[in-house]
Amino acid sequence: MAKIPDQVNNITERFGPHPAYGAGMRLATNFEPDKIVKTHCCFCGQQCGIQLKVKDNVVIGFEPWEDFPFNQGMLCPKGVKRYLQSAHPDRLLTALERDESAEGGFRPIPYDQAINRVASEIRRIQSAYGADAFAVLSGASLTIEKAYLMGKFARVALKTPYIDYNGRLCMVSAAAGNKKAFGIDRAANPWSDILKAEVVWISGANVAECAPITTNYVWQARENGAKIIVVDPRITPVARTCDLFLPIKPGRDVALFNGVLHLMIENDWLDHDFIDNHTVGFDAVAEHVREWTPRRTAEVTGITERAIRQAAEMWGEAKSSFLLHARGIEHHSHGVQNVLGAINIVLASGRIGREGCGYATITGQGNGQGGREHGQKCDQLPGARDISNPEHRAYIAKVWGIDEKEMPGPGVDAYEIFRKIDRGEIKGLLSICFNPKVSLPDNNFVARTLDKLEFYVAIDFFLNESAHHADIVLPGSLHEEDEGIVTQIEGRVIKINKAIDPPGDAKQDWRIIQDIARVMGRERGFTFNEPREILDELRVASKGYIADYSGVTYEKIERQGGVFWPCPSENQRQEHMGVPRLFEKGSWNPIAKGAGPFYFPDGKARFNVAPYTPPAEDVDEEYPIILTTGRVVSQFLSGAQTRRIGPLVDQYPEPRIEMHPRLAEKLGIEDGDWTTVESRRGQITLRAQVVTTIRPDTIFIPYHWAGAKSANQLTIAAQDPISKIPEYKVCAVRVKKAEAAPDLAGGGRRA
Amino acid sequence: MAVPSHMEFFIDQNRCIGCQSCAQACGECDTHKGHPMIHLEYVDRAHSTQTTPVVCMHCDQPTCAEVCPADAIKRTGDGVVQTARKPRCIACNNCVLACPFGVPKMKTEFRLMMKCDMCYDRTSAGKKPMCATVCPSGALFFGTREQVEQLRPRSTPVNQFRFGNQVITTKVKMMAPKVARAEYVDVTAAMEEQDIGKSIFLNILSVVEEE
Repeated sequence: MAKIPDQVNNITERFGPHPAYGAGMRLATNFEPDKIVKTHCCFCGQQCGIQLKVKDNVVIGFEPWEDFPFNQGMLCPKGVKRYLQSAHPDRLLTALERDESAEGGFRPIPYDQAINRVASEIRRIQSAYGADAFAVLSGASLTIEKAYLMGKFARVALKTPYIDYNGRLCMVSAAAGNKKAFGIDRAANPWSDILKAEVVWISGANVAECAPITTNYVWQARENGAKIIVVDPRITPVARTCDLFLPIKPGRDVALFNGVLHLMIENDWLDHDFIDNHTVGFDAVAEHVREWTPRRTAEVTGITERAIRQAAEMWGEAKSSFLLHARGIEHHSHGVQNVLGAINIVLASGRIGREGCGYATITGQGNGQGGREHGQKCDQLPGARDISNPEHRAYIAKVWGIDEKEMPGPGVDAYEIFRKIDRGEIKGLLSICFNPKVSLPDNNFVARTLDKLEFYVAIDFFLNESAHHADIVLPGSLHEEDEGIVTQIEGRVIKINKAIDPPGDAKQDWRIIQDIARVMGRERGFTFNEPREILDELRVASKGYIADYSGVTYEKIERQGGVFWPCPSENQRQEHMGVPRLFEKGSWNPIAKGAGPFYFPDGKARFNVAPYTPPAEDVDEEYPIILTTGRVVSQFLSGAQTRRIGPLVDQYPEPRIEMHPRLAEKLGIEDGDWTTVESRRGQITLRAQVVTTIRPDTIFIPYHWAGAKSANQLTIAAQDPISKIPEYKVCAVRVKKAEAAPDLAGGGRRA
Repeated sequence: MAVPSHMEFFIDQNRCIGCQSCAQACGECDTHKGHPMIHLEYVDRAHSTQTTPVVCMHCDQPTCAEVCPADAIKRTGDGVVQTARKPRCIACNNCVLACPFGVPKMKTEFRLMMKCDMCYDRTSAGKKPMCATVCPSGALFFGTREQVEQLRPRSTPVNQFRFGNQVITTKVKMMAPKVARAEYVDVTAAMEEQDIGKSIFLNILSVVEEE
């Protein structure tokens, strides 16, 4: 039923993406805005403070917010131009129903009629095939209030175990690794600790393009005397001026960390006191890395022995340090092992839990941190509780006012949901804040499975490419049309403020979810009148466990410029301010209960043996080149928003294939040539960009585009066995000069 | 209203990450809304990700004004070289061709030369220029000399530039590394043991070391 109702060209002609530019009121300078609203950027995990200028219920521009401590007015180009998503010509102003006779394949219908249809289809599917036949896909750009409500909606209103979220493509390897090593999943330090570090180690993080404001922290650290080590297959802008660059072969990160630990042990660059008193498991790890000699490490990682030794020496001898990593080491079929390898060299150094001594993953999405804590993950309940733990189930069941036996058990990861659809086990799907047809690997498979659904409802403010397959599309809200909290990259909870009302029939997402529950006759627990009421329930639901938000209020966030969780309830005598730096000596947490700073009963951190395994699909004679994927600074994730903002589109209009001149010469390809890349799953033809800033055995394609320009046609759906993150960062391809320009080229016109 | 003399503009090319935030924000400034005045270019993308943001350097003796046959380009008392005056500008392009930094832009739709005026509406009202406020890497910085000396101990501000026989002194300062090494950047330098004298400390700075 969910086949695309019209030619893709006709759908995009009607619904976009069309690039919007400043015009009208947005160019005029002869009037004052009605109001200026302090809020945050809608895009990445840094959540930069920004002020939006509003006139006649339209965001017409921005003013830097220099008092917000994290970014002090700084913004990347996405933040600067984000206001152009408001009053956009592609904005969905009504509910839509698929109709093959309508222009663009969808016809507008009244909102109530759409909700009725959704409720009746959910009922029909669940009564015909069981509650488990309906699944929910959610997202980490939603506020914590919405993310919490999505988890509750799936378990309480739909009674399905099958909810998962797009953080599955993003943060889960780091989360799993952190939980294994520290017992808690949160950036260990505020970014201000970067400034005080002697060495900043950055592995697999294109900081300048994916977390641009973090660049200033890194480079201010360098001004203060820090050495910067960057590990990446490409000389990214932040690698250009680093002190030591390690051009690692994609998929070999844990080998490097094991090799560095080997040298730390050999040279006794260890904090024995910390290892003895605050960790367990060192001996087994030491035994394991014995075989990771510099020579073997060099062979596996493709980095010279000399460079590995220099890195180990810089890291080993430092008195203070900050290790940062991101998707570059996490997007692997052994992403958790890469993360554990990184944590092992931090723990061996003893440099954590103190000023200038830190460790963090650079969280990707706007609410990448908060969105992974409160129950929209398939195995999780609010407060970072475990849906398989009887005590946790009992506590949350009580908060939700349901019998614990009614609560479904753990579900499956987002990609497995698509495999279940493919196998016919899941017949209906609701998605919000997720564009899997662009963002999941091997996405031709994803598109085919969407076609198999009996009913698919998508909630979005623009018609994203996955929603092309929908039966009903419900008009949701933009970031600036609602309020709520999110937790940013440092673990700082901040407040999104509402600037404008949703236009037309568009509604705040939590209202849409509650409307569906009401019409299904499952209103109980879904009668919140405002986000503040949802937060109040979440504060209770998260209370007493690891991600404790019980002391987080809108007012406290405003007063303090954010609140770092955990923030337990205010007690009578002293208000809890939150915890900017985790693992300080003498700190208390609800798991260790004073036994030590880490979140295990004995208060000690865990070393984990982190074995190296090659990528799921290594290169061979047939597919001899490594493909790695990533982002560009002017686009964000699947591009559902940023491909609609004209100045951002112009900045980097089309994906290009980055390759080294040595490879290009071998293949007879010149800069700008149409080039075809094939994997076992698909092929793509784009222009080549020939640069010496990438390893000659690797090509890079950014993934923000849809259809024929989508890099995820090539990527592999291999997943980490623990975190279930897909292996976006390495698969095998072959590359050749294209026989002809692709259809998308517009007569071969140069992009 | 004038730009306070203790507030100075510093460009630190070494820090630029090519994100275009400056250029994107420039078009949001009320004096030239919709028309970014900043150039940001790759030096040599085939070999490096180095980019260079170019704002007006606000010369003490502006070449653009010197070559203007209509006397349309004025430098205000605070040292800011302003966009050409509309009634006088004859759109002859002399300034565009003459500026050694490539700053003035001919807006044919207005028959007017427009250029970076250091966000005069903002800087003359006590704010920072838009570009130097948003720049996420600190490549564009607006503040006091004391601030920049404290924040950037590795660099020295310079404001003299030689173009052939012409020496230009500017209001805007360029941060030059105190210790500089210029090296060729190639990712393969740390992949293979090569006897070609390439250091794997890829500490690439923008000026050539003086003997």
